[in-house]
Amino acid sequence: MTETISAHSELDYRQSRSLGQDAWLRLRRNKAAVVSMIVLIALALTGIFGPMLSPHPYDRIYPQYVRAPASFEAYPRADDITPAFESAIERGRVTIGEITIEGQTARALISNDEPIDDRITRYVDRSDLFSNARIENLSADGLSAEMVADVQRLRFLFGTDANGRDVLTRTMIGIRISLAIGLLASLMALVLGVTYGAVAGYLGGRVDNVMMRFVDILYSLPFIFFVILLVVFFGRSFVLIFIAIGCTEWLDMARIVRGQTLTIKRQEYVEAAQAMGVTSWGILRRHVIPNTLGPVIVFVTLLVPKAILLESLLSFLGLGVQPPLTSLGLLISDGAANMRGASWLLIYPAVTLTIILFALNFLGDGLRDALDPKDR
Amino acid sequence: MVGYVLRRLLSAIPTVFIIVTLAFFMIRIAPGGPFDLERPLDPLIMENINRAYNLDKPLWQQYLLYLGNLAQGDLGPSFTRRDFSVMDLFRTGLPVSIQLGAMALSLALIVGTALGALAALRQNTWIDYMVVGTATLGITIPPFVIAPVLSLFFGVMLGWLPAGGWGGGQFRYLVLPVATLALPQIAIIARLTRGATIEALRSNHVRTARAYGLPTRVVVVTHALRAAMLPVVSYLGPTAAALLTGSVVVETIFGIPGIGRYFVQGALGRDYTLVMGTVIVIAVFVVIFNLIVDILYAWLDPRVRYD
Repeated sequence: MTETISAHSELDYRQSRSLGQDAWLRLRRNKAAVVSMIVLIALALTGIFGPMLSPHPYDRIYPQYVRAPASFEAYPRADDITPAFESAIERGRVTIGEITIEGQTARALISNDEPIDDRITRYVDRSDLFSNARIENLSADGLSAEMVADVQRLRFLFGTDANGRDVLTRTMIGIRISLAIGLLASLMALVLGVTYGAVAGYLGGRVDNVMMRFVDILYSLPFIFFVILLVVFFGRSFVLIFIAIGCTEWLDMARIVRGQTLTIKRQEYVEAAQAMGVTSWGILRRHVIPNTLGPVIVFVTLLVPKAILLESLLSFLGLGVQPPLTSLGLLISDGAANMRGASWLLIYPAVTLTIILFALNFLGDGLRDALDPKDR
Repeated sequence: MVGYVLRRLLSAIPTVFIIVTLAFFMIRIAPGGPFDLERPLDPLIMENINRAYNLDKPLWQQYLLYLGNLAQGDLGPSFTRRDFSVMDLFRTGLPVSIQLGAMALSLALIVGTALGALAALRQNTWIDYMVVGTATLGITIPPFVIAPVLSLFFGVMLGWLPAGGWGGGQFRYLVLPVATLALPQIAIIARLTRGATIEALRSNHVRTARAYGLPTRVVVVTHALRAAMLPVVSYLGPTAAALLTGSVVVETIFGIPGIGRYFVQGALGRDYTLVMGTVIVIAVFVVIFNLIVDILYAWLDPRVRYD
């Protein structure tokens, strides 16, 4: 008697692990999945906060830095400053004397037949290269002076695009949009597919037949068809794109959930619930849907990269988000159009997209191994 | 067998019919029309154009007209490419797409199965890891990244191959598009073959063949690989249909005059007949290749019977 009690209490000390904790432990042992998770979190943070921290707004155009190559050095280059300063001042229609550049300030002697109007500093300020232009040492007759301006140091680590926008910031916005659409579209497919599949499977019989035939027919239509129609109907907006992708990606989900539901609805606990008079919707919500979630979660993790890919494809075809907003697919498409002579426009977004897809795939594989009870 | 094929082809007719019907009404309910311009046409002219293309009739009449023409093999005139019928466009574009697709498909099949079988036979060696790693890479990187990168590297930087264009189908122009189309397929086929071969090598009939003392080569090629081809074949059905009907990405990036672009262009320009034609061509290819897959199945696995 005492023995059984002690054995029992010993058992109590051991903490039991839930299914979720078990899966988490197994996932943590998978190095590729852990690294992918860290990479994804880092990229997501970059996508969310990067554009706020970046000195360049993603839609700010720098007309003087069109297709500036990617570099760690700050622009403008030393030998570009003088000619740019000269051409900026020339617009003020004054005669330019000696130009000197010391560190961060550019100075030029200017003179004119009429008194110098200090509004000509605007011409200098308007340039992307200079800021805080001012007139100093104005002579008593107002005919000669010194134009002084600070050289604006800008860094474009990933270069600029064909419109003179910073590619780094745009890539970060692209990450944000692509990840957001991937997640939202998967969520949409999840809700639609799970509800549809569970209803079809649970009701069974003729309803099931009709519902699944409908899915079969949708399967045979090309995906692009729907998306184009949806886009044509509702315009090209961010919201619409993830709805469109969600609407086309729920078919597999519906099939998986229906298959699961067919087995679950024969379980004793469902019969018990039916005997107790629980409504169909109640049984679906309380018993059927929660029990299908294992395979569904695995499927969703593989759906996210697929959705990102589809969004990129749509943007690539010009059906996705519209400029100046951007996504990785759109950036790659721009890059492909400009790759002669501006290869950085293609390389950075392409590498970013590849890293995201890689990480998501590894994470999905890891999750599948961790959650799949068959592999234990 | 012949009876089976005939029955399958007959049963495909309602499927294609449903697809045609759905596609017809879906593209028609989309707002806008093929002749909408920035500056609207004169109403009288518009009326004439609509009458010429039967667009003034009620939708159900247009639908019946379309079906009637379709039954006679007439896909109608293209709305946006004046002076071309949809059939003309396919007659020039489809051979190009098929040529590209068939080359990519053969390449993918040969290289993919070879790599997959090699990895399976050398499981858990560096060869295996290399193949699996490369396959993951090939599956993850989308074609619209591969295509411009290949074009940039071999076409622009190295200058070995033309960066784009068709060049009348010369071999030099085909290399990059075929590679772009084939690479992801090689990766998927290699993975499928590897998994299936590993499973087949463990199965009873292969063990029996070994026990009989057959040479390894015979065991692997005629017994293991044959069984391992089943999942590959079922994957190839829809894939072959997709490859042969052209890829919009590859055709756009490399500037190839195939039919892959027509679907997107047609849908955007409300070229109703062109869209319908593309949908029908794709549907017919899917039906045919699913049939071929089923026949191959019976040939590869004698347990499968169709009567």
